[in-house]
Amino acid sequence: MADTSRPRTLVEKIWDQHVVAQEPGAPAILAIDLHLVHEVTSPQAFTGLRERRLPVRHPERTVATEDHSIPTLPRERGLPMLDDQAAFQVAQLERNCLDFGIPLHGMDSETRGIVHVIGPELGLSQPGMTIVCGDSHTATHGAVGALAFGIGTTEVEMVLATQVLLQRRPKTYEVRVEGRLSPGVSAKDIILALIARIGVGGGTGHVFEYSGEAIRALGMEQRMTICNMSIEGGARAGLVAPDETTFEYLHGRRHAPQGAAWDEAVAGWRKLPSDPGATYDRTITLDASALEPMVTYGTNPGMGVAVTGRVPSLDEAPDDASRRALDRALAYMDLAPGQPIAGHRVDVVFIGSCTNSRIGDLRAAATILRGRRVADGTRLLVVPGSQQVKAQAEREGLHEVFLAAGAEWRESGCSMCIAMNGDQLEPGQYAISTSNRNFEGRQGTGGRTFLASPLTAAASAIAGVVADPRPLVDRRPVVVEGR
Amino acid sequence: MTEPLAAFTSRVIPLPAENVDTDQIIPARYLKTTGKSGLAEGLFFNWRYLPDGTPRPDFVLNRPEMQGRAILLAGANFGSGSSREHAPWALLSWGVRAVISTGFADIFRANSLKNGLLPIVVSPERHATLFERLATEPDVEVTVDLERQRVTLGSSPGAPASARATAGATASGGATAGVPSAAGADADADVFSFEIDPFARRMLLEGTDEIGYVLARLPAIEAWESSNPARVNTLA
Repeated sequence: MADTSRPRTLVEKIWDQHVVAQEPGAPAILAIDLHLVHEVTSPQAFTGLRERRLPVRHPERTVATEDHSIPTLPRERGLPMLDDQAAFQVAQLERNCLDFGIPLHGMDSETRGIVHVIGPELGLSQPGMTIVCGDSHTATHGAVGALAFGIGTTEVEMVLATQVLLQRRPKTYEVRVEGRLSPGVSAKDIILALIARIGVGGGTGHVFEYSGEAIRALGMEQRMTICNMSIEGGARAGLVAPDETTFEYLHGRRHAPQGAAWDEAVAGWRKLPSDPGATYDRTITLDASALEPMVTYGTNPGMGVAVTGRVPSLDEAPDDASRRALDRALAYMDLAPGQPIAGHRVDVVFIGSCTNSRIGDLRAAATILRGRRVADGTRLLVVPGSQQVKAQAEREGLHEVFLAAGAEWRESGCSMCIAMNGDQLEPGQYAISTSNRNFEGRQGTGGRTFLASPLTAAASAIAGVVADPRPLVDRRPVVVEGR
Repeated sequence: MTEPLAAFTSRVIPLPAENVDTDQIIPARYLKTTGKSGLAEGLFFNWRYLPDGTPRPDFVLNRPEMQGRAILLAGANFGSGSSREHAPWALLSWGVRAVISTGFADIFRANSLKNGLLPIVVSPERHATLFERLATEPDVEVTVDLERQRVTLGSSPGAPASARATAGATASGGATAGVPSAAGADADADVFSFEIDPFARRMLLEGTDEIGYVLARLPAIEAWESSNPARVNTLA
């Protein structure tokens, strides 16, 4: 059994509580509290269940939605699917949910949305849980203090059949972010700065725990932005210890505990934060007050610089392999070594994705877009993370701000982050995106992506080029958090 | 259920790109499938084909001599990004059975092991040596033996036989005479051992299924569940 008397980290506490069995030489059998399912990574798992004639062990701990393949065009245009294959995949999920008794937040549901937006929004994601999904951005749910990580389809089948996974205990990596963010600098800039520092493989084999003054000061949605991109730094999961901000966010949500059960749950959640004296396998410290808005210039999320910075020159690469990688990335991006990143043309601006599509992100973008116009020749796409986010934004009139600025206002979904639904770049186009991946072709074959925060994306939409948002934000820190 | 993974011998495909992400291995438009087969067509699609659909002659997988090769020697940190299991499915579907790199992204590694695609981690020094060896000897035969956790570089046509004394081990993995023990293997440039999760190794060698393993332990799960009430009810 786990030694619970020594100081333990948040991750260790959640891990120890969920170990069902641990045989010598074998991975732990780890219980899973919540399994999120979407259309892209689940069909083969359901096929496996049918072949084995197995039911879903806990459909009431499983929840499904449709987000990757679905169209985001306005409803009056009938939400046509991109093609027959996408339509079949979505129909398949609906059939699978029906056959196996899994609740589905489907096409016509007011609670549909990107799986990593609706989990916290519905109060399904709670502190101390183990949460999995066939999707690498499952790390998002770590923002509520859950151990949440992405799995493959074979593991999806395992969880459907057994509600457990075979897992080795991960190493722990404390990411301390001290100091205070300056106005115009946000959570996205923290995570892009971290990944630029440690590289896309820097967290491999580890789980991040984000701590420090700057993290404590963030609202839940900004914490989700940071945890979401843990995987881009190589870590399968990233967590923030639950605190009053967490409890305030969850209180009253549809699936959060109610009444006496709420008080009992909060009392348990208060015991989760890492104990004084608990040790991590690795630690890194960032100074939030030194951060500027970040933009990526290359073809992985680790290739980022301050918006006031320049594309690196080849002789700055530490070794031959990095030099080749940089050379290849700059060739793909058609950028010159040493050129300033600000001022570069952008054809498309994408505000959306499981990283930055929540109400606070939309409010932040609206603070910049209000009373301004998107530059001629630039297309701005605003895609809310869920139908609930969309409805909230419309209650606040944010959609009118976006439409008046010349933006497209869409239904919720993954949209141009993964470009599976028809929302995509044309070959050669440049996008500045609030999403999480700037890989070659990620937003459309031949398309080129600069990753940035909603503030930077909005400022760039107005300028028509990569732009520093700070001249457009007032000097107060942006407090636009949704709850 | 998978077939037990026996030792195999193949020539090697060099792909000296760092941080190859799973979007490159298989672009998202191939994720609309509801099956596991037929993904070879999409493997490295954007690197293999020009926008008009014709093969890029300079991409390694398009070279005639690479057809049928089962070992991919890739740059550092292979398989980052998306959790899509379509990545190992596509590699296997094309014919790749082992990938050698200095490191693998966690989810890709787990997905690969569950499908019988071997992720073989080597030191940066050995990694560099392997690329150098392939540069001078592009058709060297390499044997991957999971049971012995050993990779053997055999002789290739035209190479001096005396320098390739361990080539005999390539036949079936059974001929071990003259091959150093795994512990001492690193001293010999032609043979080296590799680490792999012992449980995953056992599953692969026995062709055992993890779901079967877990279902055999259902009483432990039931016991845990009876003392740990459900955190949520998604049906509520």
